[in-house]
Amino acid sequence: MERLVVIGAGMASGRVLEHLFEAGAPFEVTLFNAEPRGNYNRIMLSPVLSGEKAFDEIVTHDDAWYAEHGVTCRFGEKVVAIDRSRKVVVGERGEVPYDRLIIATGSAPFIIPLPGHDLPGVVAYRDLEDTNAMIEASARPGAKAVVIGGGLLGLEAAAGLRLRGMDVTVLHLMGHLMERQLDEAAGYLLKKDLEKRGIEVLLKASTKAIEGQGKVERVVLEDGTVLDADIVCMAVGIRPAGQVGADAGLTCGKAITVDAQMRTSDPDIFAVGECVEFEGNLFGLVAPLYDQARVLAKTLLGEDDAFAMRELSTKLKVTGCDLFSAGDFAEREGREDIVFRDPARGIYKRLVIEDDRLIGAVMYGDTADGNWFFGLIKDQTDIEEIRDTLIYGPAFQGGGAAGADPLAAVAALPPEAEICGCNGVCKGQIVDAIGAGADTLDALRAQTKASASCGTCTGLVEQLLAVTLGDSFDAGGAKPVCGCTDLTHEDVRRLIKARELRTQPAVWQELAWKTVNGCPTCRPAINFYLLAEWPLDYQDDAQSRFVNERNHANIQKDGTYSVMPRMWGGMTTADELLAIAAAAKKYEAAVKVTGGQRIDLLGVKKEDLPAIWADLNAAGMVSGHAYSKGLRTVKTCVGTDWCRFGTQDSTGLGIKLEKKLWGSWTPHKVKLGVSGCPRNCAEATCKDVGVVCVDSGYQIGVAGAAGMDVRETQRLVDVASEEEAIEWTAAFVQLYREHARYLDRPYKWVDKVGLEWVKEVLSDSAERAALNERFEISQSVYRKDPWAEHTSEPEAEKFQPIADLTMEPAE
Amino acid sequence: MIWTDIGTLADIPLRGARRVKTTKGCIAVFRTGEEEVFATSNTCAHKQGPLAEGIVHGRKVTCPLHSWTYSLETGEAQGADEGAIATYPVKIEAGRVLLDVSALAEKAAA
Ligand SMILES: Cc1cc2nc3c(=O)[nH]c(=O)nc-3n(C[C@H](O)[C@H](O)[C@H](O)COP(=O)(O)OP(=O)(O)OC[C@H]3O[C@@H](n4cnc5c(N)ncnc54)[C@H](O)[C@@H]3O)c2cc1C
Ligand code: HEM
Ligand code: SF4
Ligand code: FES
Repeated sequence: MERLVVIGAGMASGRVLEHLFEAGAPFEVTLFNAEPRGNYNRIMLSPVLSGEKAFDEIVTHDDAWYAEHGVTCRFGEKVVAIDRSRKVVVGERGEVPYDRLIIATGSAPFIIPLPGHDLPGVVAYRDLEDTNAMIEASARPGAKAVVIGGGLLGLEAAAGLRLRGMDVTVLHLMGHLMERQLDEAAGYLLKKDLEKRGIEVLLKASTKAIEGQGKVERVVLEDGTVLDADIVCMAVGIRPAGQVGADAGLTCGKAITVDAQMRTSDPDIFAVGECVEFEGNLFGLVAPLYDQARVLAKTLLGEDDAFAMRELSTKLKVTGCDLFSAGDFAEREGREDIVFRDPARGIYKRLVIEDDRLIGAVMYGDTADGNWFFGLIKDQTDIEEIRDTLIYGPAFQGGGAAGADPLAAVAALPPEAEICGCNGVCKGQIVDAIGAGADTLDALRAQTKASASCGTCTGLVEQLLAVTLGDSFDAGGAKPVCGCTDLTHEDVRRLIKARELRTQPAVWQELAWKTVNGCPTCRPAINFYLLAEWPLDYQDDAQSRFVNERNHANIQKDGTYSVMPRMWGGMTTADELLAIAAAAKKYEAAVKVTGGQRIDLLGVKKEDLPAIWADLNAAGMVSGHAYSKGLRTVKTCVGTDWCRFGTQDSTGLGIKLEKKLWGSWTPHKVKLGVSGCPRNCAEATCKDVGVVCVDSGYQIGVAGAAGMDVRETQRLVDVASEEEAIEWTAAFVQLYREHARYLDRPYKWVDKVGLEWVKEVLSDSAERAALNERFEISQSVYRKDPWAEHTSEPEAEKFQPIADLTMEPAE
Repeated sequence: MIWTDIGTLADIPLRGARRVKTTKGCIAVFRTGEEEVFATSNTCAHKQGPLAEGIVHGRKVTCPLHSWTYSLETGEAQGADEGAIATYPVKIEAGRVLLDVSALAEKAAA
């Protein structure tokens, strides 16, 4: 009989042996395994960890099976070398000769060489030993676990440890979980589900060190966060374990190279499983390994077969976290997305289409159609005909005309289909109400409550009106933020607060955005609403800002920038002017005295911005925010300091106001003026807030404008003291920040809500105090110079090109 | 193809872009997803706006000057605007971003 030696008793080799014995192949098999046991179903270690299964239940081949097929088992013995010239395998306890040899050594977990990675209590997640170590650690009451890596393995480990009662924190380097399989929206839902089951998830978390005396005690992050830990599970990736083949001189890339018949470069040696590389591909999931096993068995039996790469799908084996991802949704060239979200039920589906073929699918919350989509991907079915209704799944197909347009889709819904999840209103009720005369959205809301709560079904309700009433329905109504949503600005603001949405992906998902990640209209608006609502939690997103706010300078028509330092209340000094003059010369800037009482340096190159800011910072100047939807300038007149008509210190008040308000983000730009008497040299009466000083105190006007529209301010209040003037001004600005829609100047906002309402709110002194307090909380984050934050590395580097290829030879 | 390493993926902000200087003007390299990049000419077909400064949404970018929007996949202007920008092959390998500069070399040689 031919002698067949197998190195590694894993999922792939187990399958090869099954095929061989089923075909009655006459081999005398010796099976080595480094683990002290035979073949088992490695992927079921997760239910073992969580306690849902016992190890016995996941063993695939037991002693009786090996005996029946005459397999000599050398378990707990590692193969240390292959001697190809003598055709022997060298195990730790002796040699075995082979006629044919299979290498099936799988992968080894990758361990990040952090300080402390070798402390007892740091485990990987690969085999039963790792699993048992984690189970043991969880036995102690109150024990804490830290899992490094938010991919498939890490999350299964975290879920298992949590089910065993541990406090679990997952650290993930990227911005969302499982970024290889999921996009942001699905990653957001997954995080939310995991948090619901008590698992803490830290994103963008970079681990610095693992610490402890003789064993793991804590994990330290780059940002200084310290997490107590009794056990640390590192699940950051795998590396093919083909060393024994490489040492024997077999051709290797990143793993042992095989052809489509699973042959290595030695005709008597074969390889299968995660230790192989096929046409540059590596493997990490079992489905293709089973194909390999089938092919290898055929090859050994002398039959024809060939291994080919195929599409893969992924599921996470965590009960209650329903996700599915298949095919290719993260690559390039001429692709289109179809997105469906049902926030009430936590559902997200995204299909990626290329050339009328489905090539990728991501689903969360409802994965029932996953296999149908996967079938379309594998078969490369032409989906042009069913494109419009594709996302509704197989149940929706075959209805012919039904899917052609969204109205037909709505028309095709059965009467009992639920339209409004919040209030449980179904299609039948709405159609009846329309029949009874409710022919507008408002009337329907009043009568049926449909779309009257969270509002996400407004679009559907309007479509029902259109279908039922035909041409006589006029959608009109409130204007949505943009094409990504049916909600108005006001709805979005209200929902961000009521539903405590704290990130952009949360808004996109919970409010049923129709696009993957917004558009240039909604992104800056949502970014502002989030930072206004959650100043301490929300991380301002530079990529959701227009160029000027991202680069802290105004872009000019030739792509250069203008730089404008702040001159508090329009006051400057000889030294500041010298520094400005020096900077203007050094960076060859044009110099303009602006309408906002300061000096603009125009024509500065992007690469020079950090340097010119550093120069101006060194002279004590900060950004003038001439580029921001935020406080621009406070113009003042010389007031009692010099003017014979002056009634109060208008310059001083202007400076105080500017120092209080600078750095704050607002829905649109905000300009102030303070004049020392009604002659109004600072032109305060056409400003967003204009203060005119009089003998008895301060007249505060608001909602002026001097742009496309010219408006005189309206009187908000007269106050006696400077403190009151500042308190009222800040309260007004904060009220504007909290209520106005993005890109409405204060005068537009006041037109909408009415000056009377503004007065009513602000005349309540408790309310004013509360507004001031909220403003100060926000300012604790934003009252600082953005220039100073970008003059040193690593920030300054971002203003340079990532690479300069002009020096390379043009060859 | 001539693949040139231009830097790490982490150097390009998610939904942002960085410029690459070349002898034929700047190329903008966009990062549209955690693991997805595109490269196009940095110069808007309208009035030469710097596209790397635009807002990146989906697989599109909107010019910072007058809001022309381009598909990063085809380089075609979207909607009513007519025009196109050059696109360049770019790929990610082991966290590094590689740009195909053969188009530049050809032009230089010609
Ligand atoms: C916890 C967990 C959950 C998973 N979940 C899924 C899932 O849901 N879906 C999915 O598709 N995949 C999943 N996987 C991946 C899947 O288990 C692997 O793809 C599969 O086990 C690889 O099979 P293999 O035969 O190549 O290697 P293995 O199963 O790893 O077997 C290799 C064996 O070779 C032994 N060995 C290595 N070197 C030597 C040597 N020199 N001498 C002797 N013996 C040696 C090892 O001890 C090991 O027992 C999961 C993996 C883990 C760890
Ligand atoms: C891209 C467009 C614009 C650019 C580049 C621009 C630029 C500027 C600059 C650099 C200043 C000097 C401001 C300062 O010192 O901080 C200024 C002042 C001014 N801008 Fe604009 N601006 C623009 C659009 C507008 C619009 C849309 C309006 C009207 C709504 C407007 C109204 C004003 C007014 C009234 C002043 C004078 C302010 C004062 O005297 O207090 N600008 N502008
Ligand atoms: S506004 Fe009145 S106080 Fe101020 S400078 Fe003019 S005249 Fe003098
Ligand atoms: S320059 Fe790009 S839109 Fe005008």
